[in-house]
Amino acid sequence: MTTAAPSHEAMADPLAGAGHAPATEGRRIARALLRDRGAVLSTVFLGLVVLMAICAPLISAITGHGPNDFDPAAVDTNLGGLPRGSLGGVSADHLFGVEPQNGRDILARIAYGARVSFLIAISATVLTTLLGVVLGLLAGFYQGWVDQVISRIMDFLMAFPALIFMIAILSSLPTGDRSVLLVTVITVFGWPYLARVVRGQTLTLVNREFVEAARASGASTGAIVFKEILPNLRNSLIVMTTLAVPGYIGTEAGLSFLGVGVTPPTPSWGQMISSAVSWYATDPMYFAVPGLFLFLTVLSLTVLGDRIRAASDAGEAS
Amino acid sequence: MARYVAGRLAGLVVLLLLVCVFTYLIFFKLSPDPALMICGKTCTPDRVAQIRASLGLDKPFLTQLGDYLSGLVVGRDYGSGPNLVRCPAPCLGYSFQSSQSVTQMIVDRLPVSATVAVGAAVLWLIIGIAAGLLSAVKEGSWWDRTAMGLALGGASIPNYVLALTLQYVLVVKLQILPFPSAVPFSEDPLLWFQSYLMPWLVLATGYACLYARLTRANVIDTLAQNFMRTARSKGLSPALTMRRHALRPALTPIVTIFGMDFAALLGGALITETVFGLNGIGKMAADSIAKNDQPVIMAVTLLAAFFVMAGNVVVDLLYTGLDPRVRVS
Repeated sequence: MTTAAPSHEAMADPLAGAGHAPATEGRRIARALLRDRGAVLSTVFLGLVVLMAICAPLISAITGHGPNDFDPAAVDTNLGGLPRGSLGGVSADHLFGVEPQNGRDILARIAYGARVSFLIAISATVLTTLLGVVLGLLAGFYQGWVDQVISRIMDFLMAFPALIFMIAILSSLPTGDRSVLLVTVITVFGWPYLARVVRGQTLTLVNREFVEAARASGASTGAIVFKEILPNLRNSLIVMTTLAVPGYIGTEAGLSFLGVGVTPPTPSWGQMISSAVSWYATDPMYFAVPGLFLFLTVLSLTVLGDRIRAASDAGEAS
Repeated sequence: MARYVAGRLAGLVVLLLLVCVFTYLIFFKLSPDPALMICGKTCTPDRVAQIRASLGLDKPFLTQLGDYLSGLVVGRDYGSGPNLVRCPAPCLGYSFQSSQSVTQMIVDRLPVSATVAVGAAVLWLIIGIAAGLLSAVKEGSWWDRTAMGLALGGASIPNYVLALTLQYVLVVKLQILPFPSAVPFSEDPLLWFQSYLMPWLVLATGYACLYARLTRANVIDTLAQNFMRTARSKGLSPALTMRRHALRPALTPIVTIFGMDFAALLGGALITETVFGLNGIGKMAADSIAKNDQPVIMAVTLLAAFFVMAGNVVVDLLYTGLDPRVRVS
């Protein structure tokens, strides 16, 4: 990926050039996204899910069902605790139906589960991005032994069978705050994928004319990194982070699905799907609702990331 | 070339050693005491000490690690006197749960994981590359937009959601397929095929979507290169330029990624095997983690790391053969 756009402006005015280019670039990408039906639909859906997550207590207050409130009236004990009514107990009272056996409201659990999933995915994204950018920049900027050390650590972490290892660590750790543990484990194994790209781009950027010009005109190391190199990494960082969020939502759900993620009674989408496994034949709605939410959320974020990449690539090509 | 290979192999051994030490350290330091778990509820301190001694857990950490490593290379002896048990060369210890040799457990389960991985790989390579090629050739067409839209969707379905959906539709509702069971091919070829079909489909979906997008992007990139213009301008037919000039540079990067993906799958498709109840390496990993069966967890982690790293080396060597631009001196 080349970063051709800001370079001619930077040549004319090395310090200010890179600063104002991304502003118009951002507006251009936003305009391209607004014209794209897939991107707009994805944004609307994500907005709704985020709104639902934020308003989870409000939803519970309106429906009168908390995420952990049992509703014995909604399930039929004669049928082994299957929800009463069709489609997994969907009714005006329980919009998405109830869980078999204990009758917990699925809408409330989806809303509270969204909070957990998003919180973990976004924290992990912020942390991996921070670590990835800092270490990738260090390796690419200073090169030499700094690069050697950081690159070897990245090789080591990327050679690890991350999923098996994450599960093994999570299952052997004492039950502390699972969310914090999940974020930590995802971050430790996640940052090299971002750092590798940042390092590669920094390596090509430090030798570009506008960086040389800045250096020749006496700019400090900090100024070069923050005003010349970082603005040029912006597009790929935006793309990588939008694509990282759905990845981490999937990882969290997968780990919770395997029983090492968020512990009950805290709801999470993956954990809901996991507990639905033994019911899938008799109560398919129980896994269909969280499964659909998980699928659509990951899809929306992926579509959005993909369209942002297409828009920023188109800008570079022109 | 020989020096390059030797260097890569040495690097592989060093990395494996590091993974080994790191994994051992984590389980040694963090895991709950396996002796307490084996001992159960009616347990005396003496009995715990006895179990710890018989498992070798009373020794200092470095001695344990040393024993484990030498067991891998030359084998080791367990117990003493008349109860002496010899564990031959690639010795990975004995399961705390079933007392079986871990090496034997892996040998028994590897065929299942390999069957899952090979079948899925065949499916996703054929579907992914064919769809990607067609999309690249007909860029911007109705086919291209549909296929790439589907590819985004398919790559977004978590595989356990897909697995449960397929199982519900195909097994419970339509009753086209039986519940998967890992029957050997020689026993009942039809049941074998029916059993593995869903795991193959589930694993192949995500990869096929990725490979389709990747193939499309690579082929479009290659078609825009100067040497392609030269090939066309000297009068070669479009089909021939595609076959002779475009495919090789477009598909070599796919070889790299395929090697890594396939190697990772050999180490066990954890979620897919667990959902379908197939007794492969992945399910063994999940079970051993649930029961805190440390020797098995260690072995599975090492095996998976070995496959990933070996895959990495094989891919790099293949690459030098496929792409003359990166020949090593």
